[in-house]
Amino acid sequence: MDHDPQFQKSRRGFLGGLGATAAGLTLAQTSSARAQAKPDPAITEIQDWNRYLGDGVAANPYGKPSKFEKHVVRRDVEWLTASRESSVNFTPLHALDGIITPNGLCFERHHGGAPEIDPSKHRLMINGLVDKPLVFTMEDLKRFPGRVNKVFFLECAANGGMEWKGAQLNGCQFTHGMVHNVMYTGIPLKVLLDEAGVKTNGKWVMPEGADSSAMTRSIPIEKAMQDCLVVWGMNGEALRQEQGYPLRIVVPGWEGNMWVKWLRRIEVGDQPWHHREETSKYTDLLADGRSRRFTWIMDAKSVVTSPSPQAPLKFKGPNVLSGLAWSGRGTIRRVDVTIDGGKNWQTARLDGPVLPLSLTRFYVDFDWDGREMLIQSRAMDDTGYVQPTKDELRKVRGLNSIYHNNGIQTWLVRSNGETENVEIS
Amino acid sequence: MSKSRKVAAFALFAALLATPALAGKTGLGREALPEEVAAWDIDVRPDGAGLPPGKGSVRDGEQLYLQQCASCHGEFGEGAGRWPVLVGGQGSLKSEGPEKTIGSFWPYASTTFDYIKRAMPYGNARSLSDDDVYAITAFLLNQNGVVKDDFVLTKENFSKVRLPNEQAFFDDDREKAERHFWQKDPCMKNCKPDAKVTGRARMIDVTPEDGKSIKVE
Repeated sequence: MDHDPQFQKSRRGFLGGLGATAAGLTLAQTSSARAQAKPDPAITEIQDWNRYLGDGVAANPYGKPSKFEKHVVRRDVEWLTASRESSVNFTPLHALDGIITPNGLCFERHHGGAPEIDPSKHRLMINGLVDKPLVFTMEDLKRFPGRVNKVFFLECAANGGMEWKGAQLNGCQFTHGMVHNVMYTGIPLKVLLDEAGVKTNGKWVMPEGADSSAMTRSIPIEKAMQDCLVVWGMNGEALRQEQGYPLRIVVPGWEGNMWVKWLRRIEVGDQPWHHREETSKYTDLLADGRSRRFTWIMDAKSVVTSPSPQAPLKFKGPNVLSGLAWSGRGTIRRVDVTIDGGKNWQTARLDGPVLPLSLTRFYVDFDWDGREMLIQSRAMDDTGYVQPTKDELRKVRGLNSIYHNNGIQTWLVRSNGETENVEIS
Repeated sequence: MSKSRKVAAFALFAALLATPALAGKTGLGREALPEEVAAWDIDVRPDGAGLPPGKGSVRDGEQLYLQQCASCHGEFGEGAGRWPVLVGGQGSLKSEGPEKTIGSFWPYASTTFDYIKRAMPYGNARSLSDDDVYAITAFLLNQNGVVKDDFVLTKENFSKVRLPNEQAFFDDDREKAERHFWQKDPCMKNCKPDAKVTGRARMIDVTPEDGKSIKVE
């Protein structure tokens, strides 16, 4: 990678644009090329793991991460909600890389706890404005032709909701962690709707959960027919209990609240239902007191995951700035990064698959001379939408919106590497 | 297996593969029985579609509310702790602390009925009778100043009840109202004269740390 001409060019461009001094570069080179004074015991002493046998194959029938990674976990913010059963926790974005979120780290949001459902007793019903109301078992669903595997991000509309009035939580896990990216296995919802036969006046569908909140949302039939999926698999295995085992709906690019988990029923109707989750919640209250509803699409957004408050810089010299970008309108076309608070920007390098409606990984490889930095990232999608600043967003939405905060995030990296969540002029 | 049987088996498999499964219905699943649809299809819409037969008075609703709801939502719907506030908040939507209740915010009364019937009381869903749900809904409408003290809510008069904030909702218009977020060439060089820190999460200090979490009410 060091010999990649693009990398060299981007590194020079980045520093050049910021007017890096020769002294800064010298300091960086010195620190990275420091000579080792004494032999490293990690090399010269024979380690236990080098001498003795390791664990046998049956030690862990279902593998777990190394004990040295036990800090990489979902975290919650206790003061946010009244009870753990109707609450949320957050994906540790600062500790992850690539684009796929491991199943056990995908954030959770439940409205009545995560039920434990026996798949042999789970049913999916399709009723309402259909030629023939149908009931499927899990085994029936897995026999349908046309099975697909697709990667999509899921973002809660309230991701960043605590930050509308100003910087509040120190960590991208808390400010941006209500998002995950998973490869789903299932069948297009269209296949099931066609099997039941949607009547000509069937204009909306309503997925419903089997949990104690019996979650419901209204989805227009065009979206249901276009790309919604009914899935039982995530990242190659069965859905996790907290992600809807044994069945959930996937509504690509649209707010996570619509992706009903523990899916047991889909009703077809001629009007939206205006249920609790699409009226009293998940509507965007504007400064003039009016409320925007049916704000389903998640607009383009990005965040630098490293450095960030939970992943501070530790070294001068070569460093890897990394982050995630996504858009519910299409594919990420470009991500720009600034380290001077938005005065000058440089285009980041996208790496890994760049898929529509999926998290996209970006990097900027850079040398750090220890100067204070105001780091931001700015995503653009293939519709030409450019992620706005928080102030630009507040100007059109006010401070009471709660949902759909996709404003540009600022991290202040101090000269000791410590990183904090700030707002800037 | 003899050679001829093998050939026959292969021919059958090939025929199966050749069946145009996607062209028609698969025949998978079975028809839902009316009793099964009735057991799950309990949703209610603003036009009253889906309402079960039944009725309930404000007075009966008050008793039920105190027994079933008040421990979380407060005796007067004011909300205990961080549980949702159900009553009041009129005129607060433009303020710094908007109170989004049934009376101040929710667009349709049917949402109250539907949600109580499908998900309340919290942790004991589907335990209320339809008349109970009518009565508790009537009481909450009364507390929000929408219906009088002697009101009896029924399937028949339900869709006549209107909530005051209904007209304040409008469909997503971001593609028009936020048109300026679509730009051809966002600025790359010398985009602003200065960038000063104006706020810090650290000042608020509510981020949970390992081993402890801060409670803020």
